Amino acid sequence: MSSWSFGLYPLVCNETIKMMRKRRFLVIVLILLVLIPIFSYAQMRISQESQKQLGTSDWRLKTEQQVKEITNRLSGSRTIPGSWRQQMELQVKQLQYALDKNINPATPNGVTFTREFMINAIGLFLPLMVAVIAADLVSGEQSAGTIKLLLTRPVSRWRILLSKLLTLIMFTSLIVLLTGIFCYLIGGGFFGYRGWTEPVLSGFRIIGDQLDTSAVRAIPQWRFILMEFGLAWFSCVVVACLSLMVSVLVRSTAAAMGIMMAALIAGSILSAMASSWHSAKYLFMINLQTTDFLTGSQTPVPGLTIGFSLAVLGIWALAGLIIAFAVFTRRDILN
Amino acid sequence: MAAVTRMTAVQAAEPAFEQPVLSVQGLKKRIRDKWIIKGVSFDIGAGEVFGFLGPNGAGKTTTIRMLVGLIKPTEGTIHVCGMDLTKRTNEALSQIGCIVENPELYGYLTGWENLEHFARMLPDVGPDRIREVTAIVGMDARIHDKVRTYSLGMRQRLGIAQALLGRPRLLILDEPTNGLDPQGIKEMREFIRQLAAGGLSVFVSSHLLSEIQLMCDRVAIISHGAVIAVGGVADLIRQETERVVWHVSPRQEAVQLLPARFPKAVRVLEEEGMSKQELAELAPDAWQGIATEMSAERIPDVTQALVQEGIRIFSVTIQNPTLEDLFLRVTEGKRIE
Repeated sequence: MSSWSFGLYPLVCNETIKMMRKRRFLVIVLILLVLIPIFSYAQMRISQESQKQLGTSDWRLKTEQQVKEITNRLSGSRTIPGSWRQQMELQVKQLQYALDKNINPATPNGVTFTREFMINAIGLFLPLMVAVIAADLVSGEQSAGTIKLLLTRPVSRWRILLSKLLTLIMFTSLIVLLTGIFCYLIGGGFFGYRGWTEPVLSGFRIIGDQLDTSAVRAIPQWRFILMEFGLAWFSCVVVACLSLMVSVLVRSTAAAMGIMMAALIAGSILSAMASSWHSAKYLFMINLQTTDFLTGSQTPVPGLTIGFSLAVLGIWALAGLIIAFAVFTRRDILN
Repeated sequence: MAAVTRMTAVQAAEPAFEQPVLSVQGLKKRIRDKWIIKGVSFDIGAGEVFGFLGPNGAGKTTTIRMLVGLIKPTEGTIHVCGMDLTKRTNEALSQIGCIVENPELYGYLTGWENLEHFARMLPDVGPDRIREVTAIVGMDARIHDKVRTYSLGMRQRLGIAQALLGRPRLLILDEPTNGLDPQGIKEMREFIRQLAAGGLSVFVSSHLLSEIQLMCDRVAIISHGAVIAVGGVADLIRQETERVVWHVSPRQEAVQLLPARFPKAVRVLEEEGMSKQELAELAPDAWQGIATEMSAERIPDVTQALVQEGIRIFSVTIQNPTLEDLFLRVTEGKRIE
């Protein structure tokens, strides 16, 4: 007598259909299709501008110019705050290292554009997109009243939430993937489609305030992008899990969205000022920028390691899911 | 398997001894420190239309939410076809189809897609069954339109189609005639009777007495979170003594005569809509009605007595007691529409 304990597949089907028909996902695809060309165009103007100024397209000259500029600024002004100064010093060291190894740090092509776009999108833009599709998964059913039908069917509540989680992870992955594909296709239209095998320097480590280059290797760009997208996917899944929790806890979709947006935006503000507040490193939103560890950028809180960041994110996601499932399976549906 | 269950349900509709389709015992619910439901017990047999009557805010919807597993009872048990709802939740729920409050379905999907959605949550429900329930509720024409564009009556019917998908043995409808026009109400009533005739048990909540009286076999009356009367609609009404209204002249003499000659059998009621002052001022030969509480069997005796005293009788009317009378008596006049 367990004919109703059938698989999750039909439930995931249901959630996928609802996700598509609600058109939220379509909106996100449209946002990507509008924003990526804008960024591509802006990027093109920047490189045209610098080419005009330097009068050359030789990357070595350009990089040397950049090093000179930053060094001038560093020595010319004593008022640059400590963390900025450190960041600029790191940048100079990285550029110098690239010159020494004769590896162009930013070749102009579609692949590089994709790589740079993802580094900029991982902290706020993509998490926001994920929050948009996740925030109404449960709260939307609550406010529309359809939760009453959903939960009176002979299917355990945890299965229903699990099917929602699986669908959400699927669509989160799709967002990350589509961002990559659109970046390459659109960016490639502006800068050319080559560059997968070009070398990228990765493995810079910051120990104290020193840049450690002992582990730096030149890896092909496709490998860098693979690692980068893996990290971005992980950050997005963590945001998805937490959004799902908020969606379970809050009855209105607008409130759920507001809470997630506030948390994410607070994260990016805090990142800029948390260098002296060390316990901020336990907040999930401070740790979302996991690509920092690939590029060797200064982390928001000094002394973060990739293992620590991934562990913090993982624990937050897990805790979020435990709360979501505990509340969802026990709660009385009163409204 | 489901087909077999269905058949036994139809067969079981006849005999009096059988397991109740729904059995509720001592149901209570406390939310924070407040007891919302203070004791609800009743049984529903196969093929029975069971009314759940009470004023708004009496706890009807909270009780229904407990019956369908949306709320956990604080105390008491619910058995569906002998299965404990809290222990064998999914097995019990698979025997129930329900609409809780409004029929809220996905507005951005079509009626058909909504049915497909809920069919995927049930075993052995395919497109054939969806077509079947669509035909049962008469929705064929607009089933492929978005639910957003449906009228309330159509949503109600789609909601019932959804509830019938899994071939349940118990259908729970919360105020099914709310918001329907008189024609829709009549259709809904006939539809529910028709379903019950097919062996399905139907639980209908309502705050409308006439509604329950017209469509239910048995009724539970709930007030302030507790069931205060359960029984067959006909039985409950029979408990109420009949009313007989006499139009006679001269009236005053009859009013004095009746209690004198029939001290136990006949009780003269206060005249409705008239004050004592007005009554006293009436002309002695005005043939105003006298309402009495008495058994209809005594009408010949009373008539004879009145005629003997020279009182002229214009009409004798038997007023059938209604659930409303019962309701007013058991709830001690708490207002109801």
